[in-house]
Amino acid sequence: MPHVKLPRKSTHIDMTAMCDVAFLLLTFFMLATKFKPEEPVVVKTPSSISDIQLPDVDIMLLTVDTKGRIFFAIDNKVKRRALIEDIDYNKGLKLSEQEKTAFAIDASIGVPFSSLKQYLAATPEEKKAMNVNAPGIPSDTSVANPNNELAAWIKSSRETNPKVRICIKADGDASYPSVQKIVKTLEGYKIFKFNLITNLRGIPPGTAAAADVAAGKSGASK
Amino acid sequence: MAELDTSGGGHKKGPGVKKGKKLSTRIDLTPMVDLGFLLITFFMFTTTLAKPKTMEINMPYKDQNLKEEEKNKIKNSVALTILLSKNHRIYYYEGIGDDPSKAPDLKITYFTPQKGIRDEIIAKKKMVDDMKRTGALGPKDETTVLIKPDTTATYSDLVNILDEMNINDVKVYAIIDISDIEQGFIKATEDASAGTPR
Repeated sequence: MPHVKLPRKSTHIDMTAMCDVAFLLLTFFMLATKFKPEEPVVVKTPSSISDIQLPDVDIMLLTVDTKGRIFFAIDNKVKRRALIEDIDYNKGLKLSEQEKTAFAIDASIGVPFSSLKQYLAATPEEKKAMNVNAPGIPSDTSVANPNNELAAWIKSSRETNPKVRICIKADGDASYPSVQKIVKTLEGYKIFKFNLITNLRGIPPGTAAAADVAAGKSGASK
Repeated sequence: MAELDTSGGGHKKGPGVKKGKKLSTRIDLTPMVDLGFLLITFFMFTTTLAKPKTMEINMPYKDQNLKEEEKNKIKNSVALTILLSKNHRIYYYEGIGDDPSKAPDLKITYFTPQKGIRDEIIAKKKMVDDMKRTGALGPKDETTVLIKPDTTATYSDLVNILDEMNINDVKVYAIIDISDIEQGFIKATEDASAGTPR
């Protein structure tokens, strides 16, 4: 039987195209990426069916960890600068320019006013170490209580940025009273509308919300 | 594209000069692709493309100056009171429990997908709808859920119950402080069931 000679083909594949795709994707991810902001504590938020997106700007984030410690963070560098000036003036903290700048750059605060100066003067590594044992911002159910430092933060933030939207990001295992303190403080300032940050979970089938979605209404995001 | 042809030129070397071996200018791009994908993976994991989702809540308007008669009263028949307690336990009863002399019938349930609090809320809504149909309630009456977390409840309980409100399309609900009477109810129910394992 005569053998049909097949021309031997090289097993080398031209990688050029694949390389092009890889770098195209890489470029996309590099441009689209927004690094996760560093969080003072690890918080595992509970899930809900609500699918409202968190807006990008004018956000005040109150983080509550499992032990009920409250951390305060606010976006916008310029507003942060104005806020620390206001806090410094009201509380007589005598912060230096450098410490104010540190606040403008830094992410979140979880210490009482008494140790704020020390905290802001610290290096980023020291801050990380301090956050582990930070007591959190002292708060209370009453706005009138002078020890309710959270109230002072909220008041000053709202004065420097009236549009600020308050978001509570609490751990699922945080006790209700620790969250209640924040809610009561907000109520004291007549803030009755705020956001809770949650993870997204699927709508259970056979419920009113599922029927709404099926009917084309966005029932979950009312 | 990646291969450059430099073999051309065609310079004839002299007869005594040995021809150098022609080296392939083809570069193996595999490591570069590897690197590319490695970086892609890194950026994919660090990126926050999915923005966090939020849940909007409106607390009932509260004012110390508000007069007693200006507050809107909830009818007992449309109300369902839910008490959140420790270990994700839910106590619930019909009505608003404003009569301290008559202890409401507290029932225990959990956040389970079946036979949990959801079924109770659905049942309550159905009951109110039926009552509306028969004319026992006005058209403006809505199922009202009063949520009262006690001090041992966790934040996830609160979010879960608010989520149930969204899931079951309960339009009127409020988070209210638990009263001492209700704390007593919980304690009494706990004590009663302490002997019997559930």
